[in-house]
Amino acid sequence: MGKANLISLLFFALALFFFPITVKDSYIITISIFAGINALVALGLTILMGYAGQISLGQAGFYGVGAYVSAILSLYAGIPVVFSIAIAVLAASLLAVILAIPSLRLKGHYLAVATLGFGEIIHILLNEWGPGGPSGFGDIPTFSILGYQISSTNDYFYLTWLVVVIGMILSQNLINSMGGKTLKAIHDSETASLCIGINVSQIKIKVFILSAIFAAVAGGLYAHFVTFLSPSTFSLFYSILVVLMVVLGGMRSLWGAIVGALIITFLPEVLRGFKEYDVLVYGVILTLSLLFLRKGIVPIVCDMVKKWR
Amino acid sequence: MEIILQLKGIHKSFGGLKTLTDVNMTVKKGEIHALIGPNGAGKTTLLNIISGIESLDKGTIFFKGQDISRFPPYKRAILGMGRTFQHVEVFGEMTVKENVMVGFYLRKNRGFVSYIFSLPEVKKEEKDIEKKSLEILDYIALSHKKDFLAKNLTIGEQRILEIGRALATTPELLLLDEPAAGLNIRETKTLGQLIRKIRDERGITVLVVEHDMELIMKISDIITVLNFGCVIAEGGPLEIQKNSEVIKAYLGEED
Ligand SMILES: Nc1ncnc2c1ncn2[C@@H]1O[C@H](COP(=O)(O)OP(=O)(O)O)[C@@H](O)[C@H]1O
Ligand SMILES: [Mg+2]
Repeated sequence: MGKANLISLLFFALALFFFPITVKDSYIITISIFAGINALVALGLTILMGYAGQISLGQAGFYGVGAYVSAILSLYAGIPVVFSIAIAVLAASLLAVILAIPSLRLKGHYLAVATLGFGEIIHILLNEWGPGGPSGFGDIPTFSILGYQISSTNDYFYLTWLVVVIGMILSQNLINSMGGKTLKAIHDSETASLCIGINVSQIKIKVFILSAIFAAVAGGLYAHFVTFLSPSTFSLFYSILVVLMVVLGGMRSLWGAIVGALIITFLPEVLRGFKEYDVLVYGVILTLSLLFLRKGIVPIVCDMVKKWR
Repeated sequence: MEIILQLKGIHKSFGGLKTLTDVNMTVKKGEIHALIGPNGAGKTTLLNIISGIESLDKGTIFFKGQDISRFPPYKRAILGMGRTFQHVEVFGEMTVKENVMVGFYLRKNRGFVSYIFSLPEVKKEEKDIEKKSLEILDYIALSHKKDFLAKNLTIGEQRILEIGRALATTPELLLLDEPAAGLNIRETKTLGQLIRKIRDERGITVLVVEHDMELIMKISDIITVLNFGCVIAEGGPLEIQKNSEVIKAYLGEED
C-alpha cells in the first residue's frame, strides 16, 4: 500500500473513532450506520464498474440475499449471527457464479441485463416467500461477538465502519497489486488483455463475485441492525442508488464509493426542510452533479489539490 | 528447420464477403517471416485468426505441433504467442512501466485471494516484476518514458511499447501488424534493428505484416504475399521482388 493511502486511511479511522463521541446525536449516528452499509455495497460495485468495466443493476439482490438468509438462519435456526452472515455471503457468491458464467462469457452488456433480471427475481421471491410476505418480519437477533452483545448505536457504528475500513484495505490491496493492473488493462483494452494471456471472462467473474460478497456482508449488517426486514428495501431503486453513489463519488476511486455513499445517504435527510419538494430537489441535485461532475467528486478534488501544489 | 506455426486451408468470410480463401502457410522457428499484400488483402484478418481474436470458418492452425484452432486468445498467449496491433491497443490510462508489468501477469499470476490479502510473496514478486519490466524498457529504449501514461506517447513509441509488452509474456512467436506505420525514417530504422535483435538475441520467431518494402527486404528471411485473401507467392526477398504476380498485384492497386 502506498504511503498516501496509508495516511488517508489512518486519518479516516481517527475521524471515525471520534465521530460518535463528538456528534452524540443518535439520529445522525444511525444515518451514518446506513451510510457505512451503503458504502460497502458501493465499494464492491466500484471495483466492478470502475476497474472491470461492468455494470450491475442487481446489487440489491445480493444485498437482499445477504440480509434475508442471515436473518432467517439466526431467527429460525438459531445460528449465531456471525456464522449466519458467513453462510449468507456464501449463498450470494454462489448466485453470483451462476449468474456471471453465462452472461460474462458473452461480450457486451449482458451482465447489466442479467443482473437487472436477477434483482427483480429476488425482489419477487422475497415478496412471495419471505417471512411475512410484502409486510416483512421482525425480531431478528442482534449481533454478538464472543459473548459481547452489540446493541448500542455507538457500538454498531464502530462495527459497521470497522467492516468498511477492512473492505477498503482489502480493495486497495487488490487494486494496487498485479491483479488490479490486470483489471485496469481489461478496462483499457479487452483485446490486448486477451492477447497477453489474461483470461478476461474469468477475472470478470471473480470481480463480480467480489462485488456480491461486499453487498451480502452489507445486507447482513443491515438485517441485524434494524432487526426488521421487508422486501421493499431490496428493490431496483436501491440498485440504482448504489450505481449513483459509485458514479457520483468517482468510478475509478475507492474513496469515491465512500463519499458517494455518504452523500446519497445524507442528502434526503438534509433536504427534509424542503418538505413535499424534497424528492424533486433530490432529483435535480443528482442530475446536475452527474452532468457537471462527470469524473466524480473524489477524482475532481484530487485534480484540484494537485493543481494547487 | 523446425516448424512453429502451420496454417492449413484457412477460410474466412464476413457476411458472405470472402476475406480469406484456402490460406496455407508455414512459419519456421527462428525466422523473420513477412506477410505482405495490398490494403484489404486480409493480412490483419489472418493475424487475428492466428491469435484467436477472430474465429475461422474452415481450416486448422497448428502451433508448436498442437491444433489450436479453437483455443481462446489467452490460451494461445500462454502457449507462447504474442502480438501487436495495427490500430494500437496500449493500455492508455496506465503508465508505460505498468503496460509492460501486466505483460508479466501471464507467467506470474498468483490468484486473486493472495492479491486481496496482500500476502508477503505477492509484494516480493511485484518488486521482481518491476525490475524485469525496467529491463525490458531498457531493451526497447523506452526507459526515459517509463512514468508517462501510454496514451501520451507518440504513435511510434506506442508501437514499440506494444512490442515490449508482448516480450514480457516471453513469447516464442511474435506477430507484428504494421509496426512501422506512422513511424518516421529514423524510427523505422531503429524498429528494424529491434526486430532483428529480438530474433537474434532471444530466438523469437517473428511474423510481421508490413507495407514498408525497404524494411521488409532488409529484415525478412522469407516473404508470403497475400492478395484478395489468397496466397499468390512465397519466397526470399530477391525472389519476391522479381515475381511478376506480385508486381501485378501491387501495380493493380492504384493509390
Ligand atoms: N470484422 C470485420 N467485419 C467485416 N469485414 C471485415 C472485418 N474485418 C475485416 N474485414 C474486411 O476484410 C477485408 C480484409 O481486411 P484486413 O484483414 O484488415 O486487410 P489488410 O490488413 O490486409 O489491409 C477488408 O475488405 C475488410 O473490410
Ligand atoms: Mg491490416
